[in-house]
Amino acid sequence: MASDYLPLLILILLAAGFGVIAIGLPTLLGPRERNNQKLEPYESGIIPFSDARRRFPVKYYLVAMLFLIFDIEVIFLYPWAAVLRDLRLFALVAMIPFFIVLVVGFLYEWKKGALDWD
Amino acid sequence: MVPLSWYLMLAAFLFSCGLYGALARRNAIAMLMGIELMLNAANINLVAFWRHGVGPMEDLTGQAFAVLIIGLAAAEAAVGLALIIAVYRERRTIDVDELDLLSG
Amino acid sequence: MDTALLFDNAVVLLPELVLAVGVMVLMMVDIGRRGQNGSQLLAGLSVAILLLGIGASVMIWGRAPVEYLDGAISDGFALSVRLVILIAGVLGVLLSRNWFPAIERQGGAFYSLHLLAVIGMMLMGTATNLIVLFIALEIFSLALYILSGFYRENARSIEAAMKYFLLGAFASTFFVYGCALLYGAGGSSKFTQIHETLATGGGNPSLVLPGIALLLVGFGFKVSLVPFHMWTPDVYQGAPTPVTAFMSVGTKAAAFAGFFRLMMTALPSFHDQWAMPLAILAVLTMTVGNLTALRQSSVKRMLAYSGIAHAGNILIALVAGTAAASSAAAFYLFAYAFMNIGAFTVTIALERQYGNENDVEQSRLAGAAERFPVLAAAMAIFMLSLSGIPPLAGFFGKFLVFKAAVEAGWAWLVVIGVLNSAVSAYYYLRIVVAMYFQQPEQAGDEKEQPFVPASRSSVFVVVVSVLAVVVIGLQPGLWADLLRGLGQ
Repeated sequence: MASDYLPLLILILLAAGFGVIAIGLPTLLGPRERNNQKLEPYESGIIPFSDARRRFPVKYYLVAMLFLIFDIEVIFLYPWAAVLRDLRLFALVAMIPFFIVLVVGFLYEWKKGALDWD
Repeated sequence: MVPLSWYLMLAAFLFSCGLYGALARRNAIAMLMGIELMLNAANINLVAFWRHGVGPMEDLTGQAFAVLIIGLAAAEAAVGLALIIAVYRERRTIDVDELDLLSG
Repeated sequence: MDTALLFDNAVVLLPELVLAVGVMVLMMVDIGRRGQNGSQLLAGLSVAILLLGIGASVMIWGRAPVEYLDGAISDGFALSVRLVILIAGVLGVLLSRNWFPAIERQGGAFYSLHLLAVIGMMLMGTATNLIVLFIALEIFSLALYILSGFYRENARSIEAAMKYFLLGAFASTFFVYGCALLYGAGGSSKFTQIHETLATGGGNPSLVLPGIALLLVGFGFKVSLVPFHMWTPDVYQGAPTPVTAFMSVGTKAAAFAGFFRLMMTALPSFHDQWAMPLAILAVLTMTVGNLTALRQSSVKRMLAYSGIAHAGNILIALVAGTAAASSAAAFYLFAYAFMNIGAFTVTIALERQYGNENDVEQSRLAGAAERFPVLAAAMAIFMLSLSGIPPLAGFFGKFLVFKAAVEAGWAWLVVIGVLNSAVSAYYYLRIVVAMYFQQPEQAGDEKEQPFVPASRSSVFVVVVSVLAVVVIGLQPGLWADLLRGLGQ
């Protein structure tokens, strides 16, 4: 039974080995010269003059969170869709309230402007 | 079949990792990640119990509970991140050690 | 499967359904409203929905208890708890009506969250299934996390919400893990099924105690048992006071109801094993709560610690574990709702007078009887009731709980409870003494500050609470019979 896992072991060794070799060999065999210019971030030849971080616009977070919530709704809809054929009316009636609540929530956020990009 | 105790030990280990993450980190988002890890440890327990037949196999309670917990963890993450953003806007920090206006 | 299954006994959840439809109507109205006074309309609508919920509870009052889809039951205990929570909800909405500067813009969200919290709390009282118990817990927890941070202009409010969220989510994960272990122990998430499986020797009984221990962490956090109480003073102080008033009563009622039902329906055969740890927790809770309350200078923090001590009192009823004890707990929560919300309402009125800073120092109460005779008298009644002085409602709450505990054989616990009540009388009566017998500080400042009258809704809530405390105190038997326990 353990021999079933032998290909997996070989795969792990190969993957890890490749990574180790790809990083280890250049480190050992390559030239080592550090100066300040090599450590600066690359900006197509222009010398960087300020921090690259910007203030994070909150609307990205809003969209991501709304996506998350409706994605979870879809996660519940997938198994429901899979058994709908067998359960018919029962499944439909059971899902309707869930769906209505989410639609009401969606209408609310839409009308309140959470989906406006600017 | 993999013995039940192995699943329980895995879940306990995962729970401990999440516990460490939630307790030892100062970044609020990292604490949230620890909390998610703990919730998923309980999920492993639930599905393992179902698979090992604590109840009749037709009774999918373990799986249903696990799926609901996943949904709930997402909702909790949404609320938590909204609160973290509100705190950030007000106090310009997400380091929980710096939130000390309320004593104790 | 038969569609009729979805509608059989659906009337069990009538109050929750009424409120759920009400929340959706509220959200639609919020979308459609224009112009000023919109938030007053929403407040009125919320109160109307909650009153409809009370009406729905009354409508299903006398029915024989039946279960809906193996998940929820509507017996006398569930209805008693629903009543407590709905009353707390109505009073909370009335108090929030003109408290927030930003209520005009965000009223819809606030009242929707408030009603959703009420739904979650009520559902936890009716849950007969671990899944429903957990989901209900999370519904009202998530709503309360946001409500605590609703006073966005105040940095302490947002910080309180953040603390509440992080610690609450943390405790919920312990709760879930405990539920998972109980599922493993009993083979089902239904309480009665767990009981049957364990009582006939099946399942995995070795998982029961770890499961209870973990559940206790989550549950203990929610009702502020020691040593899970550290969030309570900070969150109570930082959250907007109307939300604190609602939250202090609602979460205790909901969590205690859920836990009573869990322990007494699913695990009565293990009573001997879980009663002693709970008794120790009760002793710790009452003692730490009372001793720390003695040293608080902020009114809200004092009330928070007093709430912790009261939670310890109610826990004594759970330790007893009898039907009479659960009825006593329901009565205690009913009385506690009025006295606690009343005390917070007087705090709100004083906040308005002294700078709107979301808190009041106890030193401000000195000499308050001269400037606010009615409020001071009401506060005196609430303080006397909270400390358990007859013939007010608080005394009978403690009396019934202690009586049930003695009858179940926990006399030593009751002795500690009585001692703690005596200790608590000090900090409650200290407020009464300050109001009536001390001179106000900085007498010059006081005369120059204009008198800010309490809002009409605050006065209404105070009057209702005082009346309730006095009436319940004068006729405790009537209310004790009305508020049934588990299995009555």
